[in-house]
Amino acid sequence: MMKELRLMKGNEALAEAAIRYGADGYFGYPITPQSEVIEYLMAERPERRTGMVVLQAESEVAAINMVYGGAACGKRVMTSSSSPGVSLKMEGVSYIAGAELPCLVANIQRGGPGLGTIQPSQADYFQATKGGGHGDYRMIVLAPASVQEMSDFVSLGFDLAFKYRNPAMILSDGVIGQMMEKVELQPQRARRTEEEIIQECPWATTGKPATRGHNIITSLELDPGRQEKFNLKLQKKYKEIERNEVRYEEINCDDADYILVAFGSSARICQKAMDIARAEGIKVGLLRPITLWPFPYKPIKTLAQHAKGFLVVELNAGQMIEDVQLAVAEKVKVEHFGRYGGIIPAPGEVLEALKSKVIGG
Amino acid sequence: MHYCPGCGHGTTHRLVAEVIDEMGIQDKTIGIAPVGCAVLAYNYFDVDMQEAAHGRAPALATAVKRLMPEKFVFTYQGDGDLAAIGTAETVHAINRGEKFVIIFINNGIYGMTGGQMAPTTLEGMPTSTSPYGRELDLMGNPLKITELVANLPGAYFVTRQSVHTPANVRKAKKAIKQAFENQAKGHGTSFVEIVSNCNSGWKLTPIKANEWMEQNMFPFYPLGDIKVDGKLVK
Repeated sequence: MMKELRLMKGNEALAEAAIRYGADGYFGYPITPQSEVIEYLMAERPERRTGMVVLQAESEVAAINMVYGGAACGKRVMTSSSSPGVSLKMEGVSYIAGAELPCLVANIQRGGPGLGTIQPSQADYFQATKGGGHGDYRMIVLAPASVQEMSDFVSLGFDLAFKYRNPAMILSDGVIGQMMEKVELQPQRARRTEEEIIQECPWATTGKPATRGHNIITSLELDPGRQEKFNLKLQKKYKEIERNEVRYEEINCDDADYILVAFGSSARICQKAMDIARAEGIKVGLLRPITLWPFPYKPIKTLAQHAKGFLVVELNAGQMIEDVQLAVAEKVKVEHFGRYGGIIPAPGEVLEALKSKVIGG
Repeated sequence: MHYCPGCGHGTTHRLVAEVIDEMGIQDKTIGIAPVGCAVLAYNYFDVDMQEAAHGRAPALATAVKRLMPEKFVFTYQGDGDLAAIGTAETVHAINRGEKFVIIFINNGIYGMTGGQMAPTTLEGMPTSTSPYGRELDLMGNPLKITELVANLPGAYFVTRQSVHTPANVRKAKKAIKQAFENQAKGHGTSFVEIVSNCNSGWKLTPIKANEWMEQNMFPFYPLGDIKVDGKLVK
């Protein structure tokens, strides 16, 4: 079959991928820089293409709770937003994690705190990977670095969410959401039938036949002993995800003296910085975490055996660096370079920071 | 059941369950429980149930009904859930004409958390957060959410009932049945308010609570149909 290539914005690729994956529902609310997701979906009439439900909710809070309701029925449902809106969704994400429901949430990050800016940022790393909502829970977090990955991670995110009955997040940013690149689209998949959903999700609230007891979707357990048991069950699941689902990319790391660690749009900038450095004779490699949770601690620990130093590059004041420091465990120097508030650094700035903070520092 | 003796929840639960049985829709019904006294309602209905975050039941129900339009969907919510923290979800779901049933229990108080002031607490009514009675200039006015939503174009059937006497129970059941039948026909939102007692929160015996409800709640929240077949009752 011919490859289906298209020039698309990251946000559009995400929306198209949702239709093609056979998603059952999308519930969202406009916010810059991610509004193209729902605009694209509304223009595409997915209710005619596949029967997918798309609804503009009255708020981010309503949207994530629509996702809860749909996910509780075993449906493939998703929402997307940008940083301030994602903060509003965090209560719902905690309930979804507590009820062990699968769903996909995309965050096309912008600068904060507060209303902040509409320009790109990666300052929601802590929110995505360390909690965000209340209670002991984890979200599977995927960080796309291209428009292609904005498309591909829809299916990966849904697959992982359903495999573990856990919310998954695509943690993107305004650069990846707004830029246009060539993307190879996945073929259209059929939405599951009710019978297929009942088979895949026997726990779902699909209507109680006489042959089984009623299904209850809840995150409430008033008995502390039973709630602790449930917490232990969740932690066991999270350990399993940590064992099985770590994803990352290494470029030129084998002979590298210095390692750049960056995700998403920062990794794209670092790739160029690495090329310039190599042309100057400095052996630089790039480690790009693809899953931010579970985090690739092991490969970073391994690289710390022979590398002379690390520079963590993020569009924030230093968040992922804490995980890199945990992995490196003070074996070699770990420094941070970040720009904030919607400012995107040039590759030369990254290289300068590497020279001044790590190589010369 | 965990409800206090004399509380109207048990009767209302039974009426909803009887209607589901009589219509033969147990295998097609999905209920949404709220946060509040009815947080454990999922234990008492032998149908598939979801437990929502506080105030969000209409958002859940919106998705469930749109994703599975052939199912019967109902939410069961108290006054704090529906008319305070969840006002936006209530108003917008009804304004969109979402095709599900809302059962709204109005007892003018937060029962589960120990008797705090609710959006529907009457003027002068003492609660643990209005210990000297609700003062309107300080605490705002009791909200007639039912009259408010009746004016929305998406509301198809809006009624206010009670379950404190056998005669009222019969009327309330008729209203709940009407609401589910409306859903079967694909009409917009059906909204059934039950003005109920909270003898624990009101600190009255069940009998005294019912008397207090008749004397104080009914004049402010008058019983009867407010909107039928999409038309306001004159």
